[in-house]
Amino acid sequence: MTMVPSPFRVQQVRHETHDTFTLELEPVKGSDSFAFQAGQFNMLYVFGVGEIPISISSDPTNPRILMHTTREVGTVTKAMGKLRRGDVIGVRGPFGTPWPVEQAEGADVVIVAGGIGLAPLRSALYQMLANRDRYEKIVLLYGTRTPNDILYRRELQRWRSQFDLEVHITVDRAMGGWRSNVGVVTSLIPRAPFDARNSIALVCGPEIMMRFTVLELQRRGVPPSQIYISMERNMKCGTGICGHCQFGPYFVCKDGPVFRYDRVQHLFERREI
Amino acid sequence: MRTLEPILAEHPFFAGLDKRHLEVLTGCASNVVFQEGHIIFREGEEANTFYLIREGKVALEIHAAGMGTITIQTLNSGDILGWSWLVPPYRWHFDARAIEATRAIAMDGECLRRKCEQDHDLGYELLKRFAEVITQRLQATRLQLLDVYSTKERHTT
Repeated sequence: MTMVPSPFRVQQVRHETHDTFTLELEPVKGSDSFAFQAGQFNMLYVFGVGEIPISISSDPTNPRILMHTTREVGTVTKAMGKLRRGDVIGVRGPFGTPWPVEQAEGADVVIVAGGIGLAPLRSALYQMLANRDRYEKIVLLYGTRTPNDILYRRELQRWRSQFDLEVHITVDRAMGGWRSNVGVVTSLIPRAPFDARNSIALVCGPEIMMRFTVLELQRRGVPPSQIYISMERNMKCGTGICGHCQFGPYFVCKDGPVFRYDRVQHLFERREI
Repeated sequence: MRTLEPILAEHPFFAGLDKRHLEVLTGCASNVVFQEGHIIFREGEEANTFYLIREGKVALEIHAAGMGTITIQTLNSGDILGWSWLVPPYRWHFDARAIEATRAIAMDGECLRRKCEQDHDLGYELLKRFAEVITQRLQATRLQLLDVYSTKERHTT
C-alpha cells in the first residue's frame, strides 16, 4: 500500500507565514483516521506536478486530522500552496522512524526547533502534552529568522501561558517592536531549565543549526545517546529501495528521519555524505 | 555592612573565582537598576563599564540609514553586557537599551584595568572569562550570518 498514493481531500490551507502554509487533509474513502507516530513523514503527491516528502505536523493522539506544514520553495510546494478546500491530493505513508516520545517518559524533554523544523516537533509536543504527567520538565526552544517567520503563533502563545511548559523563542534578526529574544537558538540552551543528565533532546532544523545545537547540548552535559535529530535527504520511494536518501549505511526514509545522535555522529560530522 | 561580593560570587561569569579576586572586584562594583526603555549606553560613547545582568533583558541595537533600529542581540539574566571597556579606544559600538526593567551590577572598567595591571593573575582570570564570552558571541554571529533559515533552506518539512 505504501507505494500507491491514497486520495485525501484538502479540508483547509492555513497560511502560517508569508511563505509557509499548513495543509489539513482527510481521507476521501475508507477509514476516517490516519494512524502515525510523531516524527514520521508522508509522501504528498500533487497530481500532474510531483511527489515530495513532508513531515506530519498534527497530533498523533487525534489521527482524524492530518496536517503537514511546508514552505513554498519548489514546483510541488508552490502548486500545493494553490490548493483549495475540496481539492484532492495523493498521500503515501506514514514513513520513517518516530521521535522517542515514549522513551522520554520520566525525563526532562528539551525540544530545539529551527525554522520550519518546528513542524515535525509539534507532533511530539502534542503527544507529550496529552500525557503531561508522564514527563518532568518540557522545554521548547524555538529559533527562526525574523518575528514574521514564526510558525503556529497562536499555539505558541497558548503554550507560553501554560505553567507546565517552558517556551523560549528567539529570532536571528529583528527590527522595531519585537520585545523578545534576538540571537541564535543555541544561545537559549545554556540557561534553559532542564537537568542535562536526565534529559532527552529532540532537535530539528537546518543541518547547520542542528550541528551547533548538538555541540551546545553536549557542552551543557546532555550525553549524545540522549540527543535525537531529524535528518533531511532527498527521499523518493519512502521504503529504502531507490537509494536517493542514502546517508552512509542508512536510508533516511526508512532508518530515519529521526536518528539517535550517537549512532550517526560519525556521519553527521563528515562532508559529502 | 553587606557588600556586593556574594552577588558577584553567584553570577555565572564569576563562578569559581578566588575569594581574594572577588574582594578586589567588589571594590569596582555597584548596583544599578534600569527602567524599561532606558538607554544604558549609546554607540560612540566612552566605554568604561561592563554589566553583569542579574534580572531583565537588554537589547543591543544599531541604527542604519533607511532601516531604522535593528536589534543585533538580546542579553538576559546571567549574561555580560559590554566588553569595549577592555580594548582601546574604549568606545561602545552599539546602543544598549533595557527592554524590560533590568537589575545589574555595574563594573567600573577604569578601576578594573588598574587592578588588572597591578595583579596580572586577576587580569588573566578576567580575560579568560571574557575570551569565552567573546568566542561564544563570535560563533553566534557567524551562525546568524549563515542565515540558515532563509528561503535557501533545504528542509522539506
